[in-house]
Amino acid sequence: MSDSKKHTHEEVRLMKGNEAIAHAAIRCGCDGYFGYPITPQSEIMETLMDEEPWNSTGMVVLQAESETSSINMVYGAASCGKKSMTSSSSPGVSLMQEGISYIAAGELPCLIVNVMRGGPGLGTIQPSQADYFQAVKGGGHGDYKLITLAPASVQEMADHTVLAFDLAFKYRTPAMILADGIIGQMMEKVILPPFQPRLTEEEIRTRMPWATLGKPASRKPNVITTLSLDAQEMEDTNIRLQAKYREIEKNEVLFEEVECEDADYLIIAFGTCARVSQKAVDMARAEGIKVGLIRPITLFPFPTDIISKYADKVKSMLTIEMSAGQMVEDVRLAVNGRVPVEFYGRMGGMNPSPDGVYNALMTKLVNK
Amino acid sequence: MTEEIIIAGFGGQGVLSMGKILAYSGLMQGQEVSWMPSYGPEQRGGTANVTVILSDERISSPVLNSYDTAIVLNQPSLERFESRVKPGGTLIFDGNGFHKFPTRKDINVYRIDATEYSLANNTSKTLNMIILGGLLKVRPIVQIENVLKGLKKSLPDRHHHLLGMNEKALHIGMDLIKKVD
Repeated sequence: MSDSKKHTHEEVRLMKGNEAIAHAAIRCGCDGYFGYPITPQSEIMETLMDEEPWNSTGMVVLQAESETSSINMVYGAASCGKKSMTSSSSPGVSLMQEGISYIAAGELPCLIVNVMRGGPGLGTIQPSQADYFQAVKGGGHGDYKLITLAPASVQEMADHTVLAFDLAFKYRTPAMILADGIIGQMMEKVILPPFQPRLTEEEIRTRMPWATLGKPASRKPNVITTLSLDAQEMEDTNIRLQAKYREIEKNEVLFEEVECEDADYLIIAFGTCARVSQKAVDMARAEGIKVGLIRPITLFPFPTDIISKYADKVKSMLTIEMSAGQMVEDVRLAVNGRVPVEFYGRMGGMNPSPDGVYNALMTKLVNK
Repeated sequence: MTEEIIIAGFGGQGVLSMGKILAYSGLMQGQEVSWMPSYGPEQRGGTANVTVILSDERISSPVLNSYDTAIVLNQPSLERFESRVKPGGTLIFDGNGFHKFPTRKDINVYRIDATEYSLANNTSKTLNMIILGGLLKVRPIVQIENVLKGLKKSLPDRHHHLLGMNEKALHIGMDLIKKVD
């Protein structure tokens, strides 16, 4: 028996972000994990295998033969109203895109974790944020959205696991945790969420009347399909999906504002880049430069309104990413030309340093 | 107080676990901690490093440009990190296999010949604890009792009979470390 099982949930523990996701999944009553190992997120499945939750909560943990297979196992489990998840890193998540589109179209809840690494191609194993477009613009085909959460700490890796499932079931839509290799691999203090029991089959039948758990004589068969040969029917499905996405945009935006009230300049960054940028903000503030930081916590829905509000207050903005510049496009859409929006990033597995962000702030904004 | 530390060496020297023990020690004394490893192929024999931050405040960036303390256990790590020690900071090196030595005069340089000692005394399993002992002699950032509590916490029960050996290694390191002028 591993150490963790003896502890109560209030205890402050030290663990990797990947491990926190695994523990949080067991604790929030996840029914099944299906995955295929890939650095830098293999500790998620390793921790689950080590914890053996099939002996405690009854949760299934299964190593599939490929990412294509694991996402389709999630598709099947989600169709039965089960709380199911998978995790991978960039190239593996690319392989899952067809399945993700199907799950979105089938209006099924699930959690997909992407601990991003440098790409394109097989790339590197070092951290990246270059799958932003894939996550928030729809990496698969068709008009769909993923609720996308961007943790910036090990604590948030645990918290977002619970939140992502809650949102996925609230809206019957897939949710993604979009983390990077640093958040996955680093250890920090974490308080794990309290234990919730897995739902019984009866509870699933009551709460998820659409679930395909076997047809009683009293009702017609539940059918989950993403195929419509009638285009009008398919447009109706799209209209329903879009209405759902507008609801999500209205209700579920999350962000963190740091020292923005008096700011002349604003940095926008998520995940690890927000942590690095925080240090650069501290360096600049020490020199009397008024800089604030907005950290989007949900990438879809994107915190457009708060960024738009600051576009009327600050002189210019700077987006920091581990990519060639992806989220910066959404920042520019929010700002709509009112102030300059500059970009600084590193690519392919390199990450911006506090000095790098500070220098970009000085050369691209303050001294421009 | 915030202490920003880099520990670097070959994979297998116990670099990542030394960082882990430091992080657990910080946890035991109620500090904020972050432990950020180089991960992947380095674990299998290349150059490995880990950034450990212990602080009384919330830690912003786990990624750093410069360090209060650098512990370097091989030549490439010295070449990479000597210039990144903050002025007035601390550099500790194990001189085994070094042909070029630290040159900076604005930092405190210490040498600990832990590898040589371990080869002579058959203590290579606790090499990293010897070096940690040396660090704590010159930078008492965590208390020994918290290191031992941290060790107990991070080691599986089946290894708890080794705690005494590890404590001894800390004291050996405290005796071995020497200031370099």
